[in-house]
Amino acid sequence: MDTIYLNSPDSLFIREVEEESGQVLSRCYQCGNCTAGCPMAFSFDSPVSRIMRLIQAGQKEAVLSSRAVWLCASCETCTQRCPNTIDVARIMDVCRHMARREKKSGIYAVKVFFDSFLLAVERHGRPHELGIMALFMARTGRFWTDLDLAPTMLTKGKMALLPHNVEGRGEVAEIFRRFRDGASDAALVKALRGGRAATAPGGPGMRERGVSEEKSGEGLA
Amino acid sequence: MSVSIGYFPGCSGLGTSMEYERSTRAVCTSLGLSLREIPDWNCCGSTPAHTVDHVLSAALSSRIFAQAESAGITDVITPCPSCLKNLRNCLDGMEDPLFAARVEALTERPLHMRHSVRSVLQVLVEDIGPEAIAARVRRPLAGLKAVPYYGCLMTRPGEVMRFDNPENPMGLDRLLEALGVEVLPFPLKTDCCGASFAVPAREAAPRLGGRILDLAASLGADLVVVACPLCQMNLDLRQSQIKAKSGGSYRLAVPYYTQLMAYAFGLPDADAGFHKLAVGMQPALERMRDRAVQKAAQEREEAAKRAVRNKAAAQKMASPAPLPEAEAAEKDAGPAGGEA
Ligand code: SF4
Ligand code: SF4
Repeated sequence: MDTIYLNSPDSLFIREVEEESGQVLSRCYQCGNCTAGCPMAFSFDSPVSRIMRLIQAGQKEAVLSSRAVWLCASCETCTQRCPNTIDVARIMDVCRHMARREKKSGIYAVKVFFDSFLLAVERHGRPHELGIMALFMARTGRFWTDLDLAPTMLTKGKMALLPHNVEGRGEVAEIFRRFRDGASDAALVKALRGGRAATAPGGPGMRERGVSEEKSGEGLA
Repeated sequence: MSVSIGYFPGCSGLGTSMEYERSTRAVCTSLGLSLREIPDWNCCGSTPAHTVDHVLSAALSSRIFAQAESAGITDVITPCPSCLKNLRNCLDGMEDPLFAARVEALTERPLHMRHSVRSVLQVLVEDIGPEAIAARVRRPLAGLKAVPYYGCLMTRPGEVMRFDNPENPMGLDRLLEALGVEVLPFPLKTDCCGASFAVPAREAAPRLGGRILDLAASLGADLVVVACPLCQMNLDLRQSQIKAKSGGSYRLAVPYYTQLMAYAFGLPDADAGFHKLAVGMQPALERMRDRAVQKAAQEREEAAKRAVRNKAAAQKMASPAPLPEAEAAEKDAGPAGGEA
């Protein structure tokens, strides 16, 4: 195993990962169980247990620019098998979120595939196979790698050529728009809730929240 | 008696897994479960949404529950384990007030009811049960050899999915046995098939899917029975790609368990939907029939042998015979009687 240089551990990064994942990183004692069961290990530049070690050591750059965080298949095997009940898959997910926020290029094809899928959801409420593929091809310039499957899918009537539009797709698109506008930002929501809690102590709070008024105002602007 | 329950079909049911969707509905109806589809449901965001943000992912699921509420539905079942994981994570996450508030900041539709969500498989195994399923079988699948492939998400992580043993589940095994299937022990039953990466990271599917198909073939299985649309597409539609890489020569049908149920229940062919599979079921069904014919022939042969022995014994009993021979006849009759 390569040496991990412990110069400049980024303690803010460690805290962020802990907070966003809700996991205690120091509980990892590097047993390697997660890596042993990881089906994608063959494609990772750093195996998942090493990613855990790098996070403990505050090596933000190494973690967020790794290929591993993009190739994790979210299969949950590591989470299931960690003897210290660390939700390892969740940590991988959180690192991917951070890598996006930090505008890391990641693995282009993976990122574009996910983006194409979500764009189809945003536009139509439900994605459809051909739409996702068309977007994916247009953006990666990579002709559909599964083109040999198309004839079978077509003859089996399994490839939807038209989008499945949901009546409430406007509502779904709004979810994405508010997300991009930062409406779900933890600090913002906490602040808004704090204000509400002060005016209505002991109320159910959780179910009746004071965010929508603010945000719908912003939406109109 | 009919029990009514909310139903979330999931997007793949409209395309790549339409046979799962149709057979699930048919089987549930025939077992007295009436499914109420959530009106105007949207996509749960699948893997892509939770790789971008957990609140965004939960917000997409939360709109689905809000739609359920508009129809008075609280308890929901879904055939797709990937959808189930997202819907579960949404409900579990929203137990935390701050997380719930962040989700509601995106949906602007707070939830007012207490919801639950489970897989169709879990309801069939735990609520209906193998006995009731066996009682509904009209065409037993005796002679069919299958490995059950649960996929990575159906039972894992155990804390979220809360169904069966996370590493060695047996629910699908029991259900298939109730249909008459010979279920082979399958050590890879919860391994990941790499499906969500089949498009962007092409090495994953042949490598991981190949391991599963190779082992199933070497165990002598006719079928790999699945419960997940992503696994099914990977192992069935991509089987030729996988074999091109690994050099395998098998042809393994990969039906959904609900398709086998529909067939065993004697429901119309269109409900079983075998014609939708890329690798056809015909060879497997023929092998099943051949084995059944062989077994029947064997049984007939044994019955004939028994009859001859019994007749000989009876003759010896009737004729005044010396003692040692009568003893021998009794010995013969013993095991034959036991077999009957
Ligand atoms: S969730 Fe990701 S890191 Fe964990 S075992 Fe699966 S592929 Fe590997
Ligand atoms: S299984 Fe858990 S304790 Fe072991 S190396 Fe992985 S994260 Fe660390």
